[in-house]
Amino acid sequence: MNDVVNSSPKAAHVQAAGVSLTGLRKSYGSNEVLKGINLDVAPGEVVCLIGPSGSGKSTLLRCVNLLEQPNEGTVHVGGFEATHPDVDIDRMRRKVGMVFQQFNLFPHLNALQNCTVAQTKVLKRSQAEADKVAQANLDRVGLGHLADRYPDQLSGGQQQRVAIARALSMDPELMLFDEPTSALDPETVGDVLSVMRNLAKEGMTMLVVTHEMGFAREVADRVVFMDGGVVVEEGSAEQVISAPTQDRTKEFLRRVLDPTHIDLS
Amino acid sequence: MAMTATQRARVSLNVQAGIFIVAVAALILATDWETIGASVFNFGKIGPMFPDIFLVGLTNTLVYTFLGFIVGLSGGLLLALMKLSSFPLYRWIATGYIEFFRGIPALLVFIAFGYGVPLAFGVSWNVTVVVMVSLGMVAAAYIAETLRAGLQAVPKGQLEAARSLGMPQWRAMVTIIIPQAFKIVLPPLTNEVILLTKDSSLIYVLGLTASQYELTKFGRDGISSLGAGLTPLLVAGALYLVITIPLSLLARKFESRSARTKR
Repeated sequence: MNDVVNSSPKAAHVQAAGVSLTGLRKSYGSNEVLKGINLDVAPGEVVCLIGPSGSGKSTLLRCVNLLEQPNEGTVHVGGFEATHPDVDIDRMRRKVGMVFQQFNLFPHLNALQNCTVAQTKVLKRSQAEADKVAQANLDRVGLGHLADRYPDQLSGGQQQRVAIARALSMDPELMLFDEPTSALDPETVGDVLSVMRNLAKEGMTMLVVTHEMGFAREVADRVVFMDGGVVVEEGSAEQVISAPTQDRTKEFLRRVLDPTHIDLS
Repeated sequence: MAMTATQRARVSLNVQAGIFIVAVAALILATDWETIGASVFNFGKIGPMFPDIFLVGLTNTLVYTFLGFIVGLSGGLLLALMKLSSFPLYRWIATGYIEFFRGIPALLVFIAFGYGVPLAFGVSWNVTVVVMVSLGMVAAAYIAETLRAGLQAVPKGQLEAARSLGMPQWRAMVTIIIPQAFKIVLPPLTNEVILLTKDSSLIYVLGLTASQYELTKFGRDGISSLGAGLTPLLVAGALYLVITIPLSLLARKFESRSARTKR
């Protein structure tokens, strides 16, 4: 893994990326969703967050780009201390791409415009340059030929790939994926995963909340299992998914990997 | 003997048709057609209304409505944003404004701006300004609620997506949220214009010169000058429908379009 980072021509640039979370806590009223999380993602690393629903993994991801404001703890991301009171959140977010479960494409803009709007309005790129970058990223996710389609003319999997291209068009140093395939029809999941697999190969730093154990096992440098707002177990994909040490991890994996299993205990 | 569902439906239809025929017959018999003909459908004497009812009355109604709508739309947008603001004072001001202007008759607002403000501040406003402000301020209260509902109808994920691309709040609103909300509110907003068109008639409480008459005032003037009874008002009423029915059709078209696609 480190070889990939060091051999990258953008190594110095990438060095600024990466995520470091320390003592992260988040509550909604009396419901504590994150109970002191420490997590580092090194530049170029792909980390998959797994765990049962309600374990806090999506909240954790949303704390990284401050869509959720943590109550306690610090978030360092892309060279910014995101939790610092004086941080320029918008500047920080330019470096952090986010892909949502529900895609959240802008329905009044076509695929190309979805990828250009923030480039022109936020990065102040010229329309011509933004179009070029957008087209390149749509090509990258295999949808260059559908650039003029509107979201409601695209399948779920295509929409999600446009959403990935939209995030990539901002040249992020880090990509966050919040259950990117959970809302998809089974037959379109593969296309999205293969786009993500390619991204990982290109050395993109990725933090992925997912239920796709096959993807996690194949692509993740590290897998983090969360339950009840804490990190229960983390390690290489091999360790966590194939040889978990904690009972909670074993139980979760048994249910996920064998959906027909019914726990009668 | 019990009836089948089809038989029951047929009996129900016959009863409804019977009631209708009896009601219409009673109305026709009870009407004093001679008086009505002379005082409501007296089209022989209304010639002098034309063409000024178009050139002045209809035109002024359209102008007043348009001006009121522009003020109402801008004010309404401001109020809607205030109502959704995270700063409590803005929310309170907006809520107070909306409740106040929705709660009092528009006529009082016209009187307040037509007579009250000039008296209190010693200014004399041109009639057009009074209409624009009165109509606009009342419309703003209603439009604000419409726009707020529209803004809130845009899924939360849209704002999150825009913000996570690094757009500041205002930019996300202007570029992503408001254009989508606008499409959602087009039908109710069109209905708002219909209400405004009718409310523009309230200008009659102000002292107007002939060139400032709108449809209703023009009709009332015709009543006293033409000796055709209420017929001039009938004409004015018909011209309101000439404005409002196309708007109503337009609203329906917007509605069916937004039901089909979000674009």
